[in-house]
Amino acid sequence: MSRRSLLRGAALGAGAVTLPALLAACGSGPGGDGNTVTMGSNASDEVPRKALQDVLDAFEKKSGKTVEVNTVDHNTFQENINRYLQGRPDDVFTWFAGYRMQFFAERGLLAEISDLWKGFDGFSDALKDQSTGADGKQYFVPMYYYPWAVFYRKSVFEQGGYEIPETFDQYTALARQMQKEGLVPFAFGDKDGWPAMGTFDYLNMRANGYDFHKSLMAGEESWTDPRVREVFDLWRGLMPYHDEGANGRTWQEAAQSLALKKTGMGVFGLPLPGQQFSEADREDLDFFPFPEITPEHGRDAVEAPIDGYLMSSKAKNEEAARELLKYLATPAAEETYLKSDPNNVAVHSGADTSSYGPLQKKAAELVSGAKQISQFLDRDTRPDFASTVMIKAFQDFIDDPDDIDGLLSGIEAQKKTIFTEGQE
Amino acid sequence: MPHATARERRTRRRGLRRRFTARDLAVIGVLLGFAILLDLFVIWGPTVASITLSFSSWDGLSDLNWVGGDNYDTLAGGDYPPFWPAVRNNLLWIAFLGLVATPFGLLLAVVIDRGVRFSRFYQSTIYLPVVLSLAVVGFIAQLVFSRDQGALNAILGNQDNPTDWLGDRDLNIWMVLLAAGWRHTGYVMILYLAGLKAVAPELKEAAAIDGANERQTFLRVVFPTMRPVNVVVLVITIIESLRAFDIVYAINKGRNGLELLSVLVTDNIIGEASRIGFGSAIAVVLLTVSLGFIVTYLVQEMRGEERR
Repeated sequence: MSRRSLLRGAALGAGAVTLPALLAACGSGPGGDGNTVTMGSNASDEVPRKALQDVLDAFEKKSGKTVEVNTVDHNTFQENINRYLQGRPDDVFTWFAGYRMQFFAERGLLAEISDLWKGFDGFSDALKDQSTGADGKQYFVPMYYYPWAVFYRKSVFEQGGYEIPETFDQYTALARQMQKEGLVPFAFGDKDGWPAMGTFDYLNMRANGYDFHKSLMAGEESWTDPRVREVFDLWRGLMPYHDEGANGRTWQEAAQSLALKKTGMGVFGLPLPGQQFSEADREDLDFFPFPEITPEHGRDAVEAPIDGYLMSSKAKNEEAARELLKYLATPAAEETYLKSDPNNVAVHSGADTSSYGPLQKKAAELVSGAKQISQFLDRDTRPDFASTVMIKAFQDFIDDPDDIDGLLSGIEAQKKTIFTEGQE
Repeated sequence: MPHATARERRTRRRGLRRRFTARDLAVIGVLLGFAILLDLFVIWGPTVASITLSFSSWDGLSDLNWVGGDNYDTLAGGDYPPFWPAVRNNLLWIAFLGLVATPFGLLLAVVIDRGVRFSRFYQSTIYLPVVLSLAVVGFIAQLVFSRDQGALNAILGNQDNPTDWLGDRDLNIWMVLLAAGWRHTGYVMILYLAGLKAVAPELKEAAAIDGANERQTFLRVVFPTMRPVNVVVLVITIIESLRAFDIVYAINKGRNGLELLSVLVTDNIIGEASRIGFGSAIAVVLLTVSLGFIVTYLVQEMRGEERR
């Protein structure tokens, strides 16, 4: 019985009872006086937390309203989002763009802000697309993004006389050359299950295009489709050039191998490898966009997860919340934010980029030139599908890249179960 | 006086049992009622709820759908690949702790009890891991077994082709069992040390006089005398095996060869996934496995009571 009570204790005690109660308690603060907006924040790390506070301070000064921030640990916030939104959520809260936002919009948990969007400028169509629900209305105010690309050390490339690969063939040839010269071509770590998704997304979008990526993620395409099979075939071809033992390595360790010049390049998101480089080596870090596979899709799509803000449909102080969202969509807000958190890139075209480091500048160019922006596999699809099916599937593939057919039919069978589960 | 009181007290007690005063009833009602309510609320309520939910499909947001045995079909039919590895790992866990770690703990207890030199030192060293939580043990395991930065590979010195102790899915479960066993052994040892101290020396002397050798004395006299401790150790071993969770979660979130039923329940229910119906079905499987052990144990216990 102990096992039982422990389990239930964990699930019901910690998850269902305490947290929503806590979160709800946070949300039940003063709010009716018209001057206070509550904000639920997942910015629990020091840097983003301070950055957000700076923005809100500026808003308070400008508007005379007060913002009450309730910061919850990043992962806890994410894991409890369902219960949070059903309980007594804050007026405004931090969240992600794309499917992960649409999912809640469809269930009526978010407040529509299409009219606010009419007044917004400086956001690209790709951004607007990511802020729009399945019903064609806008819900999301984007703040910043962090593009994924292939990172490398300039000194390593100079020393080896390597050229930046533009096409997939060049990419493979470069990997072959590095391996011949005793350098492990790709830094790779997938112990946490999600980092491999970046490589998969890029292979898929380069080979089959963004639209296919989107419909595959939405469960509309079959995973046993020859186009998916081709993606895995391409990946299998690259596997011998990846650092071995990826399932036992975190992305931090993978980025360190890049810093130590043990590996030549690696697919990462913008802020990630920089954190593992020493101050002096950071100058040496650079990236190039994931190479082209077919000319038809070129390098159109960029994987750049967007973070931003949503308003709950249960917001108590709607007027003030809308004012806050309006402020968050201004270049001034983004500039204030990025001053304290320079690991990201502003989404607003009007934001001042003069304080950007070289890597940030390059990243801003990369995303502003993108025809489509994808969010990352686990943000572009149902969270249950990403976490309970795809993580295991990628780890299985890394462990044994040869059984692609078995892997794909397994994914497809699970996809059918999960995607029918949510429908009435 | 003393003689009379014993009998008097007994009769008085019988009398009391027949006629409770209103106050007694109230006290009993409150004390017992509270415990029963708590039991119903904390144990039986959730149990029944998760059995019920296991026949549904529910994400915590939309309406709840009844799907009959679909969740169980998915589990048994292999449409959920981590399920059978998790069952296998849970059983492996019971087998390893029960057949390796526990006997080893007993052996250590016997050796220390016989008074080897520095026995206090060994005793505290072996017991030390028990004060660490399994999550910490998992963390230590990573420091030791990590492929690129671990202590073990540094000592072995095979930098060119290092063994991936925690990433290789044929190997990692054994490394984790080793780490879990490291902690379990100390626990079992301390329990048996207490048990051995409680065995009356006269019993051993009597056995020696009857001509029993060391082995016979231990197996036929000392070990059976420690029955209460044996029961506790058995129960602890099974509980520890079935509730194993933190160590694999600390290492790699219970994936890639380290699947456990408890992890699958958590993955599906808690977090954004919120496959509450499906996760409940896995929880019910875990409940059934636990019940199997509990019922067997209870039946044994009751038979033992009758025989006595």
